[in-house]
Amino acid sequence: MTDSFLSVTNLTRYFDVSKPWLNRVLEREDKTFLTATDNVSFDIRKGETFALVGESGSGKSTIAKMIVGLLAPSDGTIEIAGRRIGPDDPDAIRTVRRRMQMIFQDPFASLNPRWRVGDIIAEPIRTFGLMSGNDVTKEVARLLEVVGLSATDASKFPHEFSGGQRQRIAIARALSSKPEFMVCDEPTSALDVSVQAQILNLMRDLQDEFGLTYLLISHDLSVVRHMANRIGVLYLGRLVEVADSKRLFVEPQHPYTRMLLDAVPDLALSGRRRKPVTGEIPNPINPPSGCAFHPRCPLAIERCKFEIPEPRITPTGTAACHLVDGDIQQSVTGGTE
Amino acid sequence: MTEPLLSVRDLVVEFPTRRGMLRALDGVSFDIAPGEVLGMVGESGAGKSITGAAIIGLIEPPGRIVRGEIRLAGERIDNLPPEAMRRIRGKRIGMVFQDPLTSLNPLYTVARQLIETIRVHLDMSEAEARAHAIGLLDRVGIPAAARRIDDYPHHFSGGMRQRVVIALALAAEPELVIADEPTTALDVSVQSQIIDVLKEICAERGAAVMLITHDMGVIAETADRVAVLYAGRMAEIGPVRDVILNASHPYTSGLMASIPTLVQDTDRLVQIPGSMPRLNAIPSGCAFNPRCNQAFERCRIEQPPLIDVAPRHAAACWLAEEETKNDG
Repeated sequence: MTDSFLSVTNLTRYFDVSKPWLNRVLEREDKTFLTATDNVSFDIRKGETFALVGESGSGKSTIAKMIVGLLAPSDGTIEIAGRRIGPDDPDAIRTVRRRMQMIFQDPFASLNPRWRVGDIIAEPIRTFGLMSGNDVTKEVARLLEVVGLSATDASKFPHEFSGGQRQRIAIARALSSKPEFMVCDEPTSALDVSVQAQILNLMRDLQDEFGLTYLLISHDLSVVRHMANRIGVLYLGRLVEVADSKRLFVEPQHPYTRMLLDAVPDLALSGRRRKPVTGEIPNPINPPSGCAFHPRCPLAIERCKFEIPEPRITPTGTAACHLVDGDIQQSVTGGTE
Repeated sequence: MTEPLLSVRDLVVEFPTRRGMLRALDGVSFDIAPGEVLGMVGESGAGKSITGAAIIGLIEPPGRIVRGEIRLAGERIDNLPPEAMRRIRGKRIGMVFQDPLTSLNPLYTVARQLIETIRVHLDMSEAEARAHAIGLLDRVGIPAAARRIDDYPHHFSGGMRQRVVIALALAAEPELVIADEPTTALDVSVQSQIIDVLKEICAERGAAVMLITHDMGVIAETADRVAVLYAGRMAEIGPVRDVILNASHPYTSGLMASIPTLVQDTDRLVQIPGSMPRLNAIPSGCAFNPRCNQAFERCRIEQPPLIDVAPRHAAACWLAEEETKNDG
């Protein structure tokens, strides 16, 4: 795809969660690995908002960290703006790093409490040597106003601000290196709903103004639906479905997506009866064979237990399910009547 | 309506600090009928959890109840000595907290914790208590309860642990269950299971529930009535349908409109400007007036009381008074 800004191919990351060497020897155990991300591939087009949703342990944050370079992938490739990021090309990461920034979940932990807000925001400018002297102060003042704070706030410390204001500071810091791409890891889940609305609106305004591309990570389906153009659904480290945002909610293709949608409480009081969801996410250290979702899937067939489904083209995107484009179509449409 | 099971009148809770008295709750009144589910919503710092803590007598000193009264089935419980209060807690009022890992003792098996709780409150032998405990675990949906009862809390997943906590809260067959953010730490798919279990069991045993949460979706599905708190004051209270679909307080309607939904398409979310005031800087008059787009002179000077807008539905807003006047 020519217009894709970021392209991730077969991205895999496992963590060694073995016991210490001595225990392993004494208890005769092998090394154990946790596969946090398993063969994930997707593209993000320039200027769009791509969202990853999933429950805890589905590998959302691991993917975000690998993309910004905070974690090294165990396998697979990440290509940003046409350049492959990897250990064999140390220059690549340096050149693309300025073009991407990250906003974290907890604005209480992501800002250094001993630094003044002005220094926090100016750090990327200084690090990348974008400006110097008085220009930095002016730029910080401008950025503070862009995110809806006042220029005089630069001399304050983070503790003088509320959660929503801190998240604005984090956004100003991210904007300061003039990035094209932002990874937002649960940017509003630590905030109250009325403040969440302010931050989501701000993120949209900034996208319109600066033409930003977003990777949004969230567990909140309604936030994701509001913000994203396309959505990827993760389950136990695997990408089970990718679809156009609006269509995902109307025509979910993968049974897990359907289950997630059914679990969302109904605020509109439309009388829609939630279907109770069965089971819980299995232990990722020892995931089920075949399709990881098969023990909870109401439609599972014999094949699901043995064979990991490959993503297939669906009318709305792709889905990794053996039943897609076969029987599931019927049962999905049957279910919505 | 029958006599309320829980009745809270004009409750004021204050915390003395170096910079003066902080009023965490300011004249909150509400009732819960037997078997009813009352949702309590508000943003962080609005006083939801303090209300729960006040009812069970667990406000951390130096915080204290300055005024008002709390009655459980007609009997005053806010001024009981600690020993008497302890007998009510667990026996007549059960509690479910947000984090199931911290509300269970990691060093004891689930069996020991359940049996202890049961035997403190109910007159049962060890064997009877164990059978009762297994029945409870089974009822909250823990598979193979008879075997799993001897496991430690860390053997259970987050959702299963919260089921254990619910079993523990219901062990002594309380009349009232206070659930403080029972699903906030859980994933969406597990969240709905827990809400279902809590709701079903309380309905089955006729226990009333005070459900404290910031999640309007959970309230919409679970509660019969909802109370909206803002800066320690009651902003609005009424049947869930009326409050959610036809809010009378500008704060409630702003809050509802600011939540993105799965059905509607909006380009921008409605946003309430600013944030909730800190407790040491609550504005005069209506606490919401600086953020309210309909505020007028009176809102800045005079604090509005709860004004009835419909049967059983009241809002603390001067606009509500105007409306009822116009209707009459």
